[in-house]
Amino acid sequence: MIRFILNNQLVETDQRTGGTVLDYVRYHKRLVGTKIGCREGDCGACTVLVGDMEHGKLVYRSMTSCLMPLGNANGKHIVSVEGVNLPADRKGNTELSPVQQAMVDTNGTQCGFCTIGFVMSLTGFVLNENAKQYEAAIASIDGNICRCTGYKSIERAAAILSQKMVDKPGKGTIEWLVEQKYIPAYFQEIKERLQQLKDYTGLKAGAIQAGAIQGDAIQGDAIQANTPGEKIMFGGGTDLIVQKALTVKKSALQHLFDDARLKEISFENEQCHIGASVTVTQFAESKLIQGFFPDLAKHIKLISSTPIRNMATMAGNIVNASPIGDMSIFFLSLDSDLQLSKNGNKRVIKLRDFYKAYKQTDKAPDEIIEKIIFTPPTNSSFSFEKVCKRTHLDIASVNSACQVKLNKDGTIADIHLAAGGVAPFPKYLTNTIEFLKAKKINKEIIEEAIKIMNEEIAPISDARGTETYKRLLLRQLFLAHMISLDKNLIVTVKDILQT
Amino acid sequence: MKNNSGNIDAAGHVTGRSTYVDDIPVMEGVLFVKVFDSPNAHGKIKSIDFSAAEQMEGIVKIFSCKDVPGENQIGGIIPDEPLLADGEVHFQGQPILLIVAENEDAAEEAIKAIKIDIEPLPVITDPREAFKQGKLLSVSRKFVKGDTGNAFTKCKYIFEGRTESGGQEQLYLETQGAYAYPIEHNSVKIFSSTQGPTQVQRTVARVLGLGMNKVEVDVPRLGGGFGGKEDQASAWGAMAAMTAWILKRPAKCIPHRMEDMRMTGKRNPYSSDYKIGLDEGYNIMAYEATFYQNGGAAADLSPAILERTLFHATNSYHVPNVNVTAHSCKTNLPPNTAFRGFGGPQGMFVIEAAIDHAARSLGIDTTLIQRKNMMDNGDEFPYGQIVTECEAKHCWDEVVNAYDIEAIKKEVNTFNQQNTFHKKGLSMMPVCFGISFTNTMMNQARALVHVYSDGSVGVSTGAVEMGQGVNSKMIQVAAKCFGIAAERIKLESTNTTRVANTSPSAASSTADLNGKALLDACDQIKERLFSFIKTELTGNEEERVEIKEEVVYINDEASVFNWKNLIQQAFIKRINLSAKGHYATPYIYYDKTTEKGHPFAYHVYGTALTIVTVDCIRGTYEIDEVDVVHDFGTSINRDVDLGQCEGGIVQGIGWMTMEEVVYNENGKLLSNALSTYKIPDIYAVPKKINVHFLNTDGSDLAIFKSKAVGEPPLMYGIGAYFAIRNAVLAFNAKASVPYEAPITPEKVLMGLYGN
Repeated sequence: MIRFILNNQLVETDQRTGGTVLDYVRYHKRLVGTKIGCREGDCGACTVLVGDMEHGKLVYRSMTSCLMPLGNANGKHIVSVEGVNLPADRKGNTELSPVQQAMVDTNGTQCGFCTIGFVMSLTGFVLNENAKQYEAAIASIDGNICRCTGYKSIERAAAILSQKMVDKPGKGTIEWLVEQKYIPAYFQEIKERLQQLKDYTGLKAGAIQAGAIQGDAIQGDAIQANTPGEKIMFGGGTDLIVQKALTVKKSALQHLFDDARLKEISFENEQCHIGASVTVTQFAESKLIQGFFPDLAKHIKLISSTPIRNMATMAGNIVNASPIGDMSIFFLSLDSDLQLSKNGNKRVIKLRDFYKAYKQTDKAPDEIIEKIIFTPPTNSSFSFEKVCKRTHLDIASVNSACQVKLNKDGTIADIHLAAGGVAPFPKYLTNTIEFLKAKKINKEIIEEAIKIMNEEIAPISDARGTETYKRLLLRQLFLAHMISLDKNLIVTVKDILQT
Repeated sequence: MKNNSGNIDAAGHVTGRSTYVDDIPVMEGVLFVKVFDSPNAHGKIKSIDFSAAEQMEGIVKIFSCKDVPGENQIGGIIPDEPLLADGEVHFQGQPILLIVAENEDAAEEAIKAIKIDIEPLPVITDPREAFKQGKLLSVSRKFVKGDTGNAFTKCKYIFEGRTESGGQEQLYLETQGAYAYPIEHNSVKIFSSTQGPTQVQRTVARVLGLGMNKVEVDVPRLGGGFGGKEDQASAWGAMAAMTAWILKRPAKCIPHRMEDMRMTGKRNPYSSDYKIGLDEGYNIMAYEATFYQNGGAAADLSPAILERTLFHATNSYHVPNVNVTAHSCKTNLPPNTAFRGFGGPQGMFVIEAAIDHAARSLGIDTTLIQRKNMMDNGDEFPYGQIVTECEAKHCWDEVVNAYDIEAIKKEVNTFNQQNTFHKKGLSMMPVCFGISFTNTMMNQARALVHVYSDGSVGVSTGAVEMGQGVNSKMIQVAAKCFGIAAERIKLESTNTTRVANTSPSAASSTADLNGKALLDACDQIKERLFSFIKTELTGNEEERVEIKEEVVYINDEASVFNWKNLIQQAFIKRINLSAKGHYATPYIYYDKTTEKGHPFAYHVYGTALTIVTVDCIRGTYEIDEVDVVHDFGTSINRDVDLGQCEGGIVQGIGWMTMEEVVYNENGKLLSNALSTYKIPDIYAVPKKINVHFLNTDGSDLAIFKSKAVGEPPLMYGIGAYFAIRNAVLAFNAKASVPYEAPITPEKVLMGLYGN
């Protein structure tokens, strides 16, 4: 049995845990404000807010309900547009929230089909106690596609809202938002109700039973496997539901998303440990990680969208083994290790040894990734590059990350270089790396490295570009890495590009 | 809705209360219809076995072409497209079977159990190859003005070349779909997401072998259409209706996004040749072009789109000698169809490329040739219409002055000198777009108005609300005519039993045609009310009566009557408070045998300045600014019109930049989902869009002189292509950048370094 709070109502369902929240709210609860646009997390028309306790605080995050399995809603507060509408009076008239009013006043809505998604995302922005700036308002809707407006009117709505957020208090945000009529009053009780719900289901915040990663479904009987047979290890859903929604719906799932022991980010023995179920957002928000990657926000902005980053897990990206997985490329260039576990037996493997062939990894079916471990690039330079048809919310044509440590004499002490979209799996460019070690970077060395790089990649032509383009693009991204390493190399790069 | 601004539907949209087809509460026993579509782009169906699938749990029925009760035909202009494939398949995604199930999951499982054996036939995806093999969907067309052959002999400069413009997926956020249920008297009612309710009705009647009177189509609203639901909504309507009618149960047929993308057509890709000739003063003396339109596997709307390409082949320019030919080529792709601009953008892209080619070769500024050859009053379009109320130069010069183009050019040059790997480019894009359906017959509309005895008003027209704000404009028309508050008026759904024989909401003409019909209906009622006031209440027929803000004024003096008690009195006195309005655009005609006439009620003008920055390491780009001067006439709703303008610009930029429809050589759509087909997101749009409203007299044929605004702004997006190309050439003057759109980051990078 899955239990959660849907808007202002406690719901219990014995629906399959792999069915989507989208289908549940629309077709079982007839909350049809939430729309179906693409069912692959790429349009945001189905955006809902998901409230959960994080470090003792009630935090709301936007998620695309089309990729969210019911199992991941367990013990949380799910908010659809009906749940942010202010209560109607006796005549059925509803006052609009300032978010809704801003969208009306700026004509931020035309056909209206995507509008609810924008309203939910912007409500997520106002619910975030730290978010006040215009840029944050825009970032909150980076996963929402509109085909009618050209976004300019929606930008004007975001500007109005960020202006209003100047007065938002850092503490008591929900009370203030209720007072200002951004959200209905029932939000004030949600924290307590969630606590009761978690106590009732045994889902105490931050204390999931040991059974979870041993192969049981979350919480023993809280979410029972519906069907016997092999279980699917399930994280955020952002890949699995896109690729095989029907299979997921019909299978028994082992939900790993909310397993507290897989959600930790820590620093031990000079190494970062990133739990498998840490989301991209949590990774990006970590002060520890931010300290090691000065350009982290810039890099993360290139990776999917806010609602997807709120759902996508670290291990999910790695296990999916997509040739262009952004986080996979990121971690490859950090020469990360993976800690895997099967029935309590743990092992550690280099990420670069994890990929075997297209969509094949070293992981056994009943094995899970527990964490990713890497040495942060404290004495080295790190850069991440990604080019796609659309700069944001797109899958890379080619992506690449590079970490270089230089000796005092300017020779390369250590280098890790990875690229996506150029091989059947995320590619650690071993030969190029070996060549570059101990070399001093100059025009000839860069050109020779590019030759070697071209020999060790095998891009294919597809919707994201031709083989020729991908080879050229990787060269360009490698040159961008070089400029990022040392601004003075811009002259060398210019020289290379003009010959 | 505020007076004269805003969108009446906005509050419903932001609260999630607006109703789209899939939101309508379904009746008990509803069935779900899924399509089994062709895995091959061309071939003979040797055998098909769905016996196992039909036995599966949850499957109610599987329909093939043999089950179609009437005619298995959905072709709108030309009857060349079956609802369900019969013996042959002509594109990947062509519907073959309908799987009717108790739920969608069951239908999806059943599809996997269907076995089909198709003998492959040769696949053509290239329109020129189709032309070579004589495969045409309709009669080729040619517009001739003057004598280009003779003119070219006198030209000092002649340039020839080739262009390609790609397809474009409409990507309405709400996919196609319909929900139908049987009603008594052997009839059927369909809720359809369509721009053309009558087209769905006509198609369903044909497929079921019924009179149109037995098919009722109701359209609550659309989550976007953009042309994609003008003709291609019919198939989904027919599938739902056929299921409901035969099985006597409600049925829903709504494709998932990927099904919609692979089964429906898109903007027609074009491959074109041009030849342009100039005299020594850079006057364009002659222009020839041949357009090879990729029509896909069936005619659909392609013949009409082809025609509009020719109508706009010379865009805003006066060219004394013109000879342009267009071929609609049959390929093995889904039948391509309408998309905002309807062939116009494809035609304009070619002459802009030709002018750019000439200017580049002559080493002069493109804008010099553009401005010098801009049309003016008294000029003649290649199709014989005389240019009147021309605002082409007016718009262009306003852009030059208002946005200080000379200063911008200097800034761009300075930036380019100071930056190694970032280059800016700019372009000017003028637009002249004809308003009316080019098929004269379609320029008619009707409206039905009821004034209820309590003074509230119900309005029905043939207009379909799909985000373009036509509901708001219709309410404004009725409110203005009656002199009453907008809140008193309700706009009804679009329904074929209330307003019959409608033209689709398309060609930018919806507000004009339906607004004028509505005005006619309102005027009739007003006339009766005024006559009632004069004869029954004042006894003097010479009185001057008007209603302002719901108060009845007699000879400029407020009377005791307001709207509400006036209506009560009139009802008691048995005055007819309902009226049907009709409108047919006057003056327009067109003779296809001579290809001359006066096809357009009026033209809309404008010019856009586009500035971009290209990252010459990565091949990516940003649109810095689009500055527009647009001829709105006297806008009745600036909010709605600004939204149309901004939205159109961004859609046009999408077409020219990142939106790339990719089929492989087997006719399989590779850009088949939102993950592989990218439309602009909030970070991809121009950092600034400035729209300057050029207030002009408008046209009497526009509703309240507020000019049509749906399609014209899309073509400003063509400017983005040339601005990006110019930036690439600023980095590498020898770069080879063929005139091929979209100019994706791949094309940019290949242009920068490909050779």
